[in-house]
Amino acid sequence: MSWQRKILRVDLTAGTCTPEDLNMEWAHEYLGSRGLGTKYFVEEVGAKVEPLSPANKLIFATGPLTGTMASTGGRYTVITKGPLTGAIACSNSGGYFGAELKMAGWDMVILEGKSPKPVYLHIENDTAELVDAAEIWGTSVWHTEEHLKKKHQDPLMRVSSCGRAAEQGCLYAAVVNDLHRAAGRSGVGTVMASKNLKAIAVRGTKGVATIRDPKAFMEATKAGKKVLADNAVTGQGLPAYGTQVLMNVINEIGALPTRNHRDIQFEGARDISAEAMAEKRPTDGKANLVTNQACFGCTIACGRISQLDKTHYTVVTKPQYWGASGGLEYEAAWALGAANGVNDLEALTYANFICNEDGFDPISFGATVGAVMELYQMGVLTKEQIGIEAPFGSAQALTFLAEKVALGEGFGREVAMGSKRLCEKYGHPDLSMSVKGQEFPAYDSRGIQGMGLTYATSNRGACHLRSYTVASEVLGIPIKTDPLATEGKAGLVKAFQDATAAFDSAGICIFTSFAWTLADVAPQLQAACEGDWSLENLEKVGERIWNMERMFNNAAGFTSKDDSLPKRLLTEPAKTGPAKGLVNGLDKMLPEYYQLRGWTQDGVPTNETRVRLGL
Amino acid sequence: MRHVILGNGPTGVVAAETIRKKNPTDEIVIVGDEHERPYSRMAIPYLLEGKIAESGTLLRHDPHHWERTGISLVEARATAIDTSASVVRLSNGDALPYDRLLIATGSHPVRPPIPGMDLPDVVSCWTLDDARKIQDRLRPGAKVLQMGAGFIGMIIMEAIATTVNKTGGKLTVVEMGDRVVPRMMTPEASRLIQAWSEKAGVEILCSTRVTSVATKAGGGVTVTFGDGAARDFDFVICATGVVPTIDYLKGSGVEIGKLGGIVVDARMQTTVPGIYAAGDCTESVDFSTGDFMVNAIQPNAADQALVAGANMAGGAALTRGGLRMNVLETFGLISTSYGQWWGAEGGEHVEEVDAAEFRYIRLEFMGDRVIGATVVGRTHHIGALRGLIQTGVKLTAEWKARLMTDPNKFMDAYLACGQSAA
Amino acid sequence: MMNSLHIDPSKCTGCLQCEMACSFENHGVFATSKSRIKVFDFHSTGRKVPYTCTQCDEAWCMHACPVGAISEDKKTGAKVVNETTCVGCKVCTIACPFGTINYVADTGKVQKCDLCAGSPACAEACPTGAITFVDANWTGLDRMRAWAEKLDTQTATA
Repeated sequence: MSWQRKILRVDLTAGTCTPEDLNMEWAHEYLGSRGLGTKYFVEEVGAKVEPLSPANKLIFATGPLTGTMASTGGRYTVITKGPLTGAIACSNSGGYFGAELKMAGWDMVILEGKSPKPVYLHIENDTAELVDAAEIWGTSVWHTEEHLKKKHQDPLMRVSSCGRAAEQGCLYAAVVNDLHRAAGRSGVGTVMASKNLKAIAVRGTKGVATIRDPKAFMEATKAGKKVLADNAVTGQGLPAYGTQVLMNVINEIGALPTRNHRDIQFEGARDISAEAMAEKRPTDGKANLVTNQACFGCTIACGRISQLDKTHYTVVTKPQYWGASGGLEYEAAWALGAANGVNDLEALTYANFICNEDGFDPISFGATVGAVMELYQMGVLTKEQIGIEAPFGSAQALTFLAEKVALGEGFGREVAMGSKRLCEKYGHPDLSMSVKGQEFPAYDSRGIQGMGLTYATSNRGACHLRSYTVASEVLGIPIKTDPLATEGKAGLVKAFQDATAAFDSAGICIFTSFAWTLADVAPQLQAACEGDWSLENLEKVGERIWNMERMFNNAAGFTSKDDSLPKRLLTEPAKTGPAKGLVNGLDKMLPEYYQLRGWTQDGVPTNETRVRLGL
Repeated sequence: MRHVILGNGPTGVVAAETIRKKNPTDEIVIVGDEHERPYSRMAIPYLLEGKIAESGTLLRHDPHHWERTGISLVEARATAIDTSASVVRLSNGDALPYDRLLIATGSHPVRPPIPGMDLPDVVSCWTLDDARKIQDRLRPGAKVLQMGAGFIGMIIMEAIATTVNKTGGKLTVVEMGDRVVPRMMTPEASRLIQAWSEKAGVEILCSTRVTSVATKAGGGVTVTFGDGAARDFDFVICATGVVPTIDYLKGSGVEIGKLGGIVVDARMQTTVPGIYAAGDCTESVDFSTGDFMVNAIQPNAADQALVAGANMAGGAALTRGGLRMNVLETFGLISTSYGQWWGAEGGEHVEEVDAAEFRYIRLEFMGDRVIGATVVGRTHHIGALRGLIQTGVKLTAEWKARLMTDPNKFMDAYLACGQSAA
Repeated sequence: MMNSLHIDPSKCTGCLQCEMACSFENHGVFATSKSRIKVFDFHSTGRKVPYTCTQCDEAWCMHACPVGAISEDKKTGAKVVNETTCVGCKVCTIACPFGTINYVADTGKVQKCDLCAGSPACAEACPTGAITFVDANWTGLDRMRAWAEKLDTQTATA
């Protein structure tokens, strides 16, 4: 049973921390992390809840493989109703925090109500208490983590916190742990700050001692690691280049959204690619990339650690940014770069540091800046309004706005509302490149058709991490499909969505799925946990989770009309590349998808489907 | 070649084994005056607490260790040394000739000059025999007075208190100084340790002296304090300090220093060639200050024994001075100090106190080096502080600044600056 | 020739598989805090440094132990703590200038790397070859020893 079988319920209004037994019946149906946390959430919180009200809850959940020797077994998920979308928000993170929480003896922390004053939650194994956070409120994630470690005199404490962006109401604020790992999307950090909760600081020395069959588990996890090591993507590509390995690949196939999706190839792609990160700079003879880094338990190690050029305009007078820190991942490099037409690698890296330092999602931020630049080019927004000239390609505008969003200042307050609200306010709602209010990540669905359906149906708004069909359509994992075709994509998306829900709920990283299928995960779970964790059951658990999330969204007021894409992707053909002349064929995929899901034409799970899945 | 070692504590035993390792055939004799197999006083608190049996205090557990290593044990006390004849005179009348002699007779407890200190219900806590006396008197509900809150006092406190607290008894500790462990810990650390011990149910009276102890009718003792108050106790444990055991060296020519310990050089040789001394009975150079000190602690005893043993076996070993270091556990709260923990003129320090969590650290710097440290409530990687101080690791400006901000990063600083690892 | 742990920090990614393997081997639990090998994370340089006992010849811990609870395993050269004998006095923890023998509050004993009796779990678990168990001549122990000589109690030829 590798659950700790214990959850911590924190009533922020009353200031109490109460341990509870984990509902094991639910654990067997929803596994852990994303699935089990969401089960608790939908059982306890009404779908119509106002996301930033005390009635919303915020759940930090680990999975059964979190804190174990399963490769990448260090993840946790933050679940709430998202302020950016009004849909279920569920964002997961690596680093070391999740494993520490599990090793402290907790599967999950449920935070409810709202503290009358800023507090942080301090957990040391069995003991948990809310502590006054006046001295860290109003400070960054980086400062918060350093301060708490120093205050508690424990360099090994792990901290997960929200930054100033969250405090200032940025709707896509993140929860950041270990300085630069983040539950980045959908504004889970905004909800945290709305509860006057600044941070969770945890130290766990008890460990995970609940593996059902340790010998079988060591064998199964060892076999899993071998699969990862032998795979070209997880064994070589990701460790060497990180996710940034994709920049040139996606650009070449004509699916790199550029300048707010006006183009789908970026002439500056190479300047902001993995290859560029590894090249020595003419200014100081050093590369942007210092090294790769793993999260807890991860044998892939795709993380980037970068160091800025000290002579770059962004930091020349700011030595606090001269040290190494979390570098550009592909999605961030795209959102901060191609999405705005900016090809200044150092500026992107700096903006990424700022996103980490004050906790906001670089994807939503960068994409919103893309919309701002388009509105500026159109003359809708002016230099006076924005505070800086902001044409496409302006690194200065990008880094200026990053600083403003971090602190909630000036026009940064509008950028912090996300592209949907901003574009609506300035009269051009169609220029928001988002679904359900959340901005697209780095794949243009005209060049990779399956991603259109992925985005349209993602339960947390536009997202690549809910069914990464890029794997199949571009990389040929597990089988190669034609990125320009719509045929068969409905089934592909459904299969990816269900499998991903199971991966996420196990407490492992979705990047393992470049090499693993659920058939590789099943023996690891089976050795760790009691119950049936066969491949068949895992697929069913994944599907159950997906439908549970969907039902919450439906109850929250979402309908099939919201399973759509911005007009631009449906009506403006790609100008260049292999997809030249194509728009996304969502209308060809969506009905089939509903049918495969066992949903009505209105996108509602049928009774039969619900009964089949035990919902 | 015959090596005679006076004293069968850790110093004598480690030195003997060092000699044996280098010289398989030399004759080695250890003389000890207690009727016990060689044991460790450091283990007595754990014996009193019942965590170990008496056998658990033994320095070497293999019953055949001594024959196997060819080290003979003699039970006797040295009464004099005749350096001209190279002979040690023993309490049993024997005269033991030596080629090389090691004095490792350690120290013994002293009692303050107060009426009643010789009563049977006033016991020390030093030897195994003392421990047995304490065990006999630790009856259910016992009210115990402990004199002295120095190192020994603090390490036995837990054993006494946990035994008596369970049965409605009480431990009261009096200390003449204004705080506990004043010669080992900074004032702030002392305050934390005292508060912690009081939370565990011990009554601690600092700046308090005992003026007399008298037998009470019906058993137990009546103790009178400096303010005239009198209280009854079942018995008194006297832990007011120890001094080097050197009385038998009168007239031997072995020089005794101002601090009352045997003067040794860097080879651990005394002023008489061929006679070495090591451990608690010596006074030797303090690594930190360059002054002489009596460094009566276990690691120092072992370090000096290694140097003395190597030289006695014909090697050439030098000490660069002993480092003060102490570790103390009181009711689970662990505290440590190193080197010049009290600081130095012209130096700097950083101090972090978390009184609620009983965590504390203070580092003392001189220029770019750490020279002393006091830590409470943290044990992991603690030895790196020794590494930092004793090897004189030069901190880069960056790491010095980091330590001044967060002294708990000492292990990182040690790896980065001492091992060039970062 | 005896093998020893060779650590190459430049290959370490900070995944902590070594720490989990160590705690699992010795405590039957995945608990990085109980590991005898510790990875130090230097954020500002991106360096990750696995660190554990080098089984040094000086063996300060072994000599400082008042009850003879630490001894040398003749087969592996490891200095090994006998848990039954250890009384938990912590003297060895302050004596070891490397900070690699540590007190474990749960057990009331100290622990240190014992090379897993000749097949170290950490090296087995390391996915990048940052920790390997190889011929002692190749491990760069000389550098550690040179450092160790700076300590006063090191016996040196006068």
